[in-house]
Parts: sequence; C-alpha cells; structure tokens
Amino acid sequence: MAAHTTGVTRLAVVLVAVLCVAGVARPRAQGMRIVSLVPALTEMLFALGAGPHVVGVSNFDDYPPAVTSLPRVGALLDPNMERILSLRPDLVIVYGSQTDAQQQLERAKIRTYNYRHAGLAGIFSTLRELGAAVGRTPDAERLARSMQTHLDGIRARVAGRPRLRTLLVFERDPGSLRGIFVNGGVGFLHDVLGVAGGSDVFADVARESVQPSIETILARAPDVILEVRVREDLSAAQLAKERSVWMTLSSIPAVKNNRVYILTGQFLVVPGPRVGEATETIARTLHPEAFK
Amino acid sequence: MNAVDSTIGVAGSIAHRPIRARLLRTVGGFGAITVVTCLLAPLVGSTSISLARVFDRSIPFADNVDAQIFFVARMPRVLAGAVTGAALAAAGVVFQAMLRNPLATPFTLGVSAGASLGAMLAIALGLGVAIGPFSGVPFASLVGAAAAAGIVYRLATMEGRAMSTTVLLLAGVTLNAFFSALILFVQYLADFAQVYRATRWLMGDLDVGSFQPIVASLPLVLAAFAMFAFLPSSLNLLSIGADAAAARGVEVARAQRLAFVSASLATAAAVSLSGPIGFIGIVVPHLVRLLVGVDHRIVLPASALFGAAFLVACDLAARTLMAPVEIPVGVVTAMLGGPFFLWLLIRRA
Repeated sequence: MAAHTTGVTRLAVVLVAVLCVAGVARPRAQGMRIVSLVPALTEMLFALGAGPHVVGVSNFDDYPPAVTSLPRVGALLDPNMERILSLRPDLVIVYGSQTDAQQQLERAKIRTYNYRHAGLAGIFSTLRELGAAVGRTPDAERLARSMQTHLDGIRARVAGRPRLRTLLVFERDPGSLRGIFVNGGVGFLHDVLGVAGGSDVFADVARESVQPSIETILARAPDVILEVRVREDLSAAQLAKERSVWMTLSSIPAVKNNRVYILTGQFLVVPGPRVGEATETIARTLHPEAFK
Repeated sequence: MNAVDSTIGVAGSIAHRPIRARLLRTVGGFGAITVVTCLLAPLVGSTSISLARVFDRSIPFADNVDAQIFFVARMPRVLAGAVTGAALAAAGVVFQAMLRNPLATPFTLGVSAGASLGAMLAIALGLGVAIGPFSGVPFASLVGAAAAAGIVYRLATMEGRAMSTTVLLLAGVTLNAFFSALILFVQYLADFAQVYRATRWLMGDLDVGSFQPIVASLPLVLAAFAMFAFLPSSLNLLSIGADAAAARGVEVARAQRLAFVSASLATAAAVSLSGPIGFIGIVVPHLVRLLVGVDHRIVLPASALFGAAFLVACDLAARTLMAPVEIPVGVVTAMLGGPFFLWLLIRRA
C-alpha cells in the first residue's frame, strides 16, 4: 500500500515537473492573445497549434475555417486600432509597411511582429521567427522541415525534365484578353514555379506583377499558360470558355499544344504553410508524367 | 484663359463663310497625318517582326507569330487608338463650344465618372458575362456613362426650356465628385486584386486583343459622328451665346440637345472601349484651333483626325518605351498633354 502511494506521489512529482518544464519552454504562450493582420501568418499560427490564441484576424482572412468566426480588425490599408486594442492582444502581427500601426502599438506597449513578404525562402524564415515569437520554436522547426521535405520531393520528381517556359497569369478580365497580369521574376510564386519544374517567361522583369501586352505574350511564346484563380465558383463550362479565350493567340506553343490550364483555389497564392500543396498542384499540371 | 475664350467667341462672326477649299485642304492635311500614323504604327513595337513573314501566305496563320503580332496584337490596338482618339477629341470640341468653356473636356459632365463607376462595379462584382457584343466591364461602363449623361441632361432641362449651360456644368461637376466618392467606397469594399485592376482601368488601355471590342463600339461612335455632321454651323453660333445664336436663327434647344447627346455618346463609346484616357479631349482641340482657326466646320473634323493620330502616337510610345513593361497610355497622354497645355496657356496669355 505504502509502496503504491509512493508510486503515485512519484508520478505526480514527475507530472508536475513535466508541466513546469513545458511551461518554461513556452512561457509566452500561456494565455497569449494574438491579433493577425496577415492572412498567410494566420495560417502559420494555426499550423503551429497557436490557433486557440488568435483572437482577431484581418478582413481578408478565410483560412482555416476557424477564422471565420473571429473578430475582423481591418487590413493592410485600414487597420482598426481601436478594435485591435479592445481585443487586449499581447502580440499583433502586422505588415512591415504598416509603420503607423507599429508605432501606435509600441506606445500601447504591445509587441508586434512585422512581416515582410519575400520569396519562398522568406516563408521559412518567417515561419521560424513567428514560432519563436509565440514560443513554439520546436513546432515551427518541425513544420518547416516537413514543408521542406515536401518541396524537395517535388523538386526531385521533376528533376531532369525539360523546364517548361510558363506564363503564370493571376488576373485577366473575364471572357477577354484584357487586363492580364502575370508573374514576374520576383516573389514566392516565381520561386514556386521554379521548384515545380517551370521557368517564368517574364523572369527577366524584376517585379512580382507584370502587365504584358498581347504582343509581348505572343513574342515570348510560352510552352504552358497557367492561370491561377482564387475564386472557385466557376463551373466546368465557364472554365472551358475562359480557356478558349486564349485560342486567338494560336501561334503560342501553349495554345497550339492545348496546354492552357486554369487552376483554382486560394491556397495557390498564399505564401504560407500550404505552399507545398500549391507547388505540387502546379508541378502535377506542368509535368503530369512525373507523378505517375 | 481670356485669349482662348475669345478665340472660341470670334467663331460667330464667321459662321457661314464659304470654306469648301479650306476644308478640303485642312481635312486632307490632317487626314494624311492620320493615315500615315496609322500605317506606320503597326510596323513598330516591342518585338521586331518581318513584314515579309507577316504577309507570307505559305505559312499558316496559326503558326505565323509575326502575322499574329501584326494582326492580333498591333492592328486592333492602332484601330482602337484611332477610334478613341477621334471620338474624345471631337467630343472635346463639341463640349467646349456648347458650354462656352475652353476648359471643358469630354469628362467634365460626369460621363467618364459614370463609366468608371460602372466598370468598378463590374470588376468588384466579378461581372463576367458578355452582353451582346460587349464583354462585362465595357458594358457596365457604357451603362454607367448613359446613367450619368441621363441624370445631367434631366437636371439641365428640368424647367422645360433650353438647357442651362450653368446647370449642366454644375450638375456635371457635382456628379463627377459624387461618382468618384462612390468609386472610392466600392474600392474600399473590394479586395486588393480588384482595386488594382480598377485603378489600372482608370489609366486607359488600348490593348484590346481582337477587333471584336472595336466592332462593338463602332456603331455608337459612327452614330455620334453622324450627329456631329449637323453641328458645326450651330456650334459656331452657340459659342458666342445662346441668345445671339437664337437671334441668328439657331434652334438653340435642339442644337444643344444634339450636341450634348452626340458628344456624350462619343465619350461613352470611347471610354467603354479604352477607359478614360485624359487630355486628348482638351489638348487636341486647342492645338487644332491654334493651327486652323476657330471655325467649327474645320475644327471639328480636323480635331477628330488629329485626335486619332495623336492617341495612336501616344500608344506607340506607351508600348515601346519601357518594353517589355508598358506605360499606361493615359499616363503618356497626361505627361505630354499637361506640359503642352501649360505652354499653350503661357504663350497665349
């Protein structure tokens, strides 16, 4: 009986010790309240298991579904400071360019994480920094490593295959070839395309977004045209109709060889934890034979 | 400003002088400039193409990159520039004479703000369906322009008499401000990509990508020009004042109505085709007046022709100067037009 009691006591001591150590390891996570103005970083917080600490999100957040019930506190151009403060946050995630908001929060003695958007490598460094800021460094490390493994796997599958010259379109007026915006030689989508076994036909333009003329698109003659759309509400018939808009430019190899694709889904354009899925979707589109 | 003002006013005294020879000479001259510009413009671009290959029948069109650049990219673009430039310049002439205001532009009376609101709504709501020959955004901008013109017209003719140019101007300016506020509100609610697209639309764009949008707008532009043909003599008289014009036998209300409807129609068609490209409607008419005098029988056709050539040339600069990136054509016309207009003011003052 005595021995048994000792065993229970010992177990309790161990448990308390474990809890203490865990508590020391993530001191700041205890009851931490986080407001995020950056959708990609909201996703990261949830992926790191810090979701329950998120008490407010931007007007544009809609992933994961849990965010839809959270208070909205504005966005890049119009952060609502009163609402943010009323949520009594310990940490506010803001864009690096929101200097006014940063100063206001600093005066209110609230910590900020200032996000700067930069390429695929930037996703990993942001993830690690964010993990440290919310006391979840090991989780961040684990997530970063699994994302890296995913990307490396994709890279290996498409290795040795021809790098398809790709026009990555992310805006176009419906039903016409006007208002076309494509990816340039900077930014995470440019990097994603590289991992997925494509090369950007506007890689020489050092901007994230380029509005090319139809003449330039004809002259650059891409092997593949890849349209990325956030909205997922188009029917199959509408998608077919949108694809057929490109048929006017029949001298482009992508059009000639029927390699015009429209991919839908918000995850394709968010520089966050789902970048692996986005890359794989694009890689499977560019090199379907590599995934057989 | 007074100097310019009086040049429009002088027109009354020469209203009915025979001008056949001068008209032929001037229209011939400006016509030649326009034709040469429109023929040369498709030969130049960000890519170098071989004319021999363009017209080489032995290569199927589907495989002929040079021919596609020439016929799919450049020709529609030049044509869109010509149609838009002619419509905006002519509409500018008509509005300036009718409102007796040298600062009037095709956009003064709210037509472009209405068109912009329509386009903004179409972009924000994702209106993608084609209506008749028009795709979503051009159609919505046409509807917006018609609504704006309708409201202004209704206000200015409220008391069942001839239009009050003062009311027209005030209503137009107010409507411009009101629609601009609505545009800002819609933009505020829209997401980033939509705001960016809408902002880009406001800068004007002639890269229409096929002849189809031009074919859709052309009937409206032609109808406007058919009405313009009846205007010049009454514009000469209207520009000295409604009372003086009435005393010389002009049916003022009818002439004003025709002027307002035709110029609004031309503006609406141009804006729905290419977006609100600024400065054409004010720089071209003044420049042409400087060259050919103030008789609207000459100024109107000459402005239309020169407007076409001017916009085609501006677009040539827009698509080549920073290639492969483009400069929005509205930015080019503003950068050329603004300083030029200031120079014109200083010179004449």
